[in-house]
Amino acid sequence: MNINHWEIGGKKLRSRLIIGTGKYADQSILPQVMQAAQADVVTVAVRRIGTSGLQENIMEYIPKNAVLMPNTSGARNAEEAVRIARLARAAGCGDWIKVEVIGDARYLLPDNQETIKATQILAAEGFRVFPYMNPDLYSARALVAAGATAVMPLGAPIGSNRGLQTREMIRILLSELPTIPIIVDAGIGRPSEAAEAMEMGAAAVMVNTAIASAGDPVKMAEAFAYAVAAGRLAYLSGLGKQQDAAVASSPLTGFLGRD
Amino acid sequence: MSGIKELLRHYDGFDFDAFFNNLTLKDVDRVLAKDRLVPEDYLTLLSPVAVGRLEEMAQRAQADTIKHFGRTIQLFAPIYVSNYCINTCVYCGFNHDNEFARRHLSLDEVDKEARVISQMGLKHILLLTGEHPTKSTVHYMGDCVRVLKRYFSCISVEVYALTEAEYRQLIEAGVDGMTMYQEVYQKDLYRPLHPSGPKKDYLFRLDAPERACQAGMRTVTLGALLGLAPWRQESFFTGLHAAYLQSRYPAADIQVAPPRLRPCHGGFQAISPVSDADLVQYILAYRIFMPHSGITVSTRERSELRDQLIRLGVTRMSAGVSTAVGGYSDKKEEGQFELADERGVEEIRMMLKNNGYQPVFQDWHYL
Repeated sequence: MNINHWEIGGKKLRSRLIIGTGKYADQSILPQVMQAAQADVVTVAVRRIGTSGLQENIMEYIPKNAVLMPNTSGARNAEEAVRIARLARAAGCGDWIKVEVIGDARYLLPDNQETIKATQILAAEGFRVFPYMNPDLYSARALVAAGATAVMPLGAPIGSNRGLQTREMIRILLSELPTIPIIVDAGIGRPSEAAEAMEMGAAAVMVNTAIASAGDPVKMAEAFAYAVAAGRLAYLSGLGKQQDAAVASSPLTGFLGRD
Repeated sequence: MSGIKELLRHYDGFDFDAFFNNLTLKDVDRVLAKDRLVPEDYLTLLSPVAVGRLEEMAQRAQADTIKHFGRTIQLFAPIYVSNYCINTCVYCGFNHDNEFARRHLSLDEVDKEARVISQMGLKHILLLTGEHPTKSTVHYMGDCVRVLKRYFSCISVEVYALTEAEYRQLIEAGVDGMTMYQEVYQKDLYRPLHPSGPKKDYLFRLDAPERACQAGMRTVTLGALLGLAPWRQESFFTGLHAAYLQSRYPAADIQVAPPRLRPCHGGFQAISPVSDADLVQYILAYRIFMPHSGITVSTRERSELRDQLIRLGVTRMSAGVSTAVGGYSDKKEEGQFELADERGVEEIRMMLKNNGYQPVFQDWHYL
């Protein structure tokens, strides 16, 4: 079995790295980025999908065999997210939708309550819903109950490159919601942080800024591909428990003379 | 309301010169080492002494901009639909007392202009009118917006100060953004520049962006018209206004523009000239103070300068512009001010690409 293969939302995927498309100086680099990342899922802001005028049609740069995950970026409440999702489906972007509801322009933090509402409506309409969320156990449970296909907790605010600041909360989600795929989204600034999320047991990670704003986005995409695979392999191998100091093998039970 | 009025009142009688004179480069370095700035830090970056750290400020501003916006510049064009105006702003080409052939577009003419602009490839449009009780009513603007929706995915307005209910009407018609230049934040300097007409009501204008936020406007752009009053204070107050609205209305996208006064009909000269270096310092200081906030630079600035500014924090630019009513279909019309960058949309698009930036034509689609 290939460690990177998995199934979600009715699709068979060969990679656990999901790529974003915002912030690139030149979108024509996307096919190379996707290839270097060995990624098969790509997320695109519906608000930027332009089909007329001089707007470069981003869809032209997305490989035909890629799985499209349109996102509702720009939505400030559930109603707007739902309308954007319907626009995406009407435009032929498929049934997958990454729900992003952000009512804070400064930190770009997701609004979990509105996200839950949108997830409920869209899942009932047959969408495969991937909600971007602030990692909170109650909200994650509500998203699962609302019919989410996966949950996408943030590691740190979007674009912050601060890494897994929400590590402990994500750990709780992973342990309490073992049946729902958890995709760590946002804040991952370097490959080692992607590896860490995968070591913890995340099903996948989603990366945009760290690749798009790298000096060489193609090489950085490749670095992330290695990191994600390494993290996954480590998770499957069963990581040793971390210790703060060197430990004798049986300090408390050695007296039993079983060594 | 008027939280911004209260906030500005804190600075009544504030001795800016004394504040600036007390600063040293160490203070600037201390600010540049901070993650998040408070208003005094912003004022420090606007100070004369901070000129000694302009390059350091530029490095940080560029990094912050790329982090939050990527290497992208969003493009738009203005459409002037009426230049009848009952105000007598002494610096404006559309001043009521200036004599020239006024024009007011019929909806068919708006359609014709919109078609020409959309053929240039643009999807974001900014609707502008003068202030006139019968020529540029909110009803007329709403009708214009409904025409523009046939061609554009995002429509903003730059019109006279409206009530909250009127902003709601425009939002219902399809407007996503509003731009409101206070022109001058220092009240005693505002008055003589706006001698008559409704615009002389400083406070009604000052509160307009907040009314727009309350009405649910998606994007609100603020600015002082640079050249009318000492720019360091004006830039500071603009930043304070933006920070105030952003924290009070977190879902709104609060942006600024730093327009510099241009030659226009009437021959008004800048009272407090603003150099290129001043403009750059303002843009850098604002970017570092408000790292998520958009910054617009219009064709008031010359092409060579605009080409440099894209690396320093700017996120939106106008392109292929006419500031004349009906000016896209008829090049002979009189504009609001002289343009300094007359390049077409395609030239701007290529310039951005050649500089390693992605021109973004569509960043929103009205719902």
